[in-house]
Amino acid sequence: MFGHAKCLGSQWSWLCVAALGLALLSASSGLSSAATPEAEDTWASLANDIFGGRPLADGTGLVSIDMPMRADDAAIVPVTMRVTLPPDDSRRLKALTLVIDNNPVPVAATFTFSDSAGVSVISTRVRINSYTNVHVVAELSDSKLYLAQTYVKASGGCSAPAAKNADDSIATLGQMRFRVFGKLSGAQREAQVMIRHPNNSGLQRDQVSLLYIPANFVDELHVWQGHALLFSMKSGISISEDPNFRFTYVPNGATTFKVEARDTQGKVFVSKWPATTSEPSNNSSDL
Amino acid sequence: MPFQSVRLWKATACLTLLVTLMGVMPAARGGETADPLPVTEVASGIYVYIGAIAVMTPQNEGAIANVGFVVGSSAVAVIDSGGSLREGRRLLAAVRAVTTKPIRYVINTHAHPDHMFGNAAFEGAVVIGHKNLARALAARGQFYLDAYRRVLGDELMTGIKIVPPTQVVEREARIDLGDRILLLQAWRAAHTDNDLTVLDETTATLFAGDLVFLRHLPVLDGSLKGWLAVIGELATIPAGRVVPGHGPVADWPAALEEERTYLQLLAQHVRALVKGGDTITAVSRNVAESERTRWELFEENNVRNATAAYSELEWE
Repeated sequence: MFGHAKCLGSQWSWLCVAALGLALLSASSGLSSAATPEAEDTWASLANDIFGGRPLADGTGLVSIDMPMRADDAAIVPVTMRVTLPPDDSRRLKALTLVIDNNPVPVAATFTFSDSAGVSVISTRVRINSYTNVHVVAELSDSKLYLAQTYVKASGGCSAPAAKNADDSIATLGQMRFRVFGKLSGAQREAQVMIRHPNNSGLQRDQVSLLYIPANFVDELHVWQGHALLFSMKSGISISEDPNFRFTYVPNGATTFKVEARDTQGKVFVSKWPATTSEPSNNSSDL
Repeated sequence: MPFQSVRLWKATACLTLLVTLMGVMPAARGGETADPLPVTEVASGIYVYIGAIAVMTPQNEGAIANVGFVVGSSAVAVIDSGGSLREGRRLLAAVRAVTTKPIRYVINTHAHPDHMFGNAAFEGAVVIGHKNLARALAARGQFYLDAYRRVLGDELMTGIKIVPPTQVVEREARIDLGDRILLLQAWRAAHTDNDLTVLDETTATLFAGDLVFLRHLPVLDGSLKGWLAVIGELATIPAGRVVPGHGPVADWPAALEEERTYLQLLAQHVRALVKGGDTITAVSRNVAESERTRWELFEENNVRNATAAYSELEWE
């Protein structure tokens, strides 16, 4: 169906193996639905590859993932990941991994958080290639892994054409926005980082030349509050065009935010913003 | 005298053969055996087929867009080729039912499948489009071929090819069909980033492609801000009637008002969500709801439009 044999670089080579295996699995067993044996096998195999056989505990009450059951646009599917630790739990969130089981490259993104970040919610937008289970795995500071799952009906997101406005995409490549929203509750605030990028998956083929439009996507992002790293992210082709991350955090009194992003062509984009806001408080029920 | 007779005979035979070939070639690929699309002559020499207000299905053979042709004194221009090869052939048959003049041009108003899947029916014609059309077809063609195979089925998909333009329009171009000038205009990103309109100066008839929608909810696949700006410019075109991409032939520029209202409301509601700090998920509730009963295919398209609008306007 797609160029599964096309691998995206040495650090992604193990993902290639997973993708090939997944492609064979999907091809032989048809679409995996939410709770079929095929879907469970797919996940078991992915989980083993990604987490090296470490146990994944049921994350109910601790980590959750929120996505529309049916996506209106398979290339822009919102996802919100939440981690809620009870007040007497002294552990901190160390990492979040988002896995879209049936996508050509299932690991959509991995976020790693600094100790003081205070991130409890992260939202982004992803491409969904076929009806699929989506998993989020939270790693806490004691190295325990917790799992949450949902199911999304959408298809064609990964090969869907990026860039409704191709000239604009070229002209604005790498431009960023940073926005701080009004106070949430207690010490937490919410911010959003956006970067203009086509995030070409490398899976779109020009049917005349038969050449694939080269992969060119943001694969790394770092956000600092002053000198303190808030979080880092490694990502792949499942993140939608113009990557967008909205997250909660605990302010540390720093007066600037800095974001550094890299793409697979080796371009580096850096921007800084003052840590002020005059934003109206957001509707917290949308979080 | 014998020598002159032989030369004359050969010349006549050659000429006959040439004329026969010219007559036959535009009707190649079985066009004459297809049941002609029922077209209406909406102005002198301007023929239009009004597509079904529907999504593409095997039953409607993908014939959901308006397609048509213009007949000059020496040639014909086809404007959009339909949503399947079958429809393209039926359009070709419709041309042949009206005239034997050669089809010199197939003008694609933009890259969407319902407007260009029939291109392969028109062998020998020059395909013309917006300067961005070839790039859009390269980026999206395979995706459309794969996606629509699921929708239309193998039989209807047989023979459908992506046929890119060999002539492109940067801003404006004029083509002459013989005592009949067509003005082709390329627009900034609006419905798509490769929209082209065709104005028949003889009858002041504007083929607007999907820059104009009537009855069918406008579909946003380019730039909302661009489209609102382009609507302002389109209104100054000196046409008396418009053939929209979807919906009935209508008076000009009055035909713009309904879509202007919808697109403005879409922008207004989405801007309010962005400004208020609402996330993109909020577009699934109550954006442009007051427009629901004024359009067909609202449910199928409004939230996707709003998602596209949000991802554009959040950069303001």
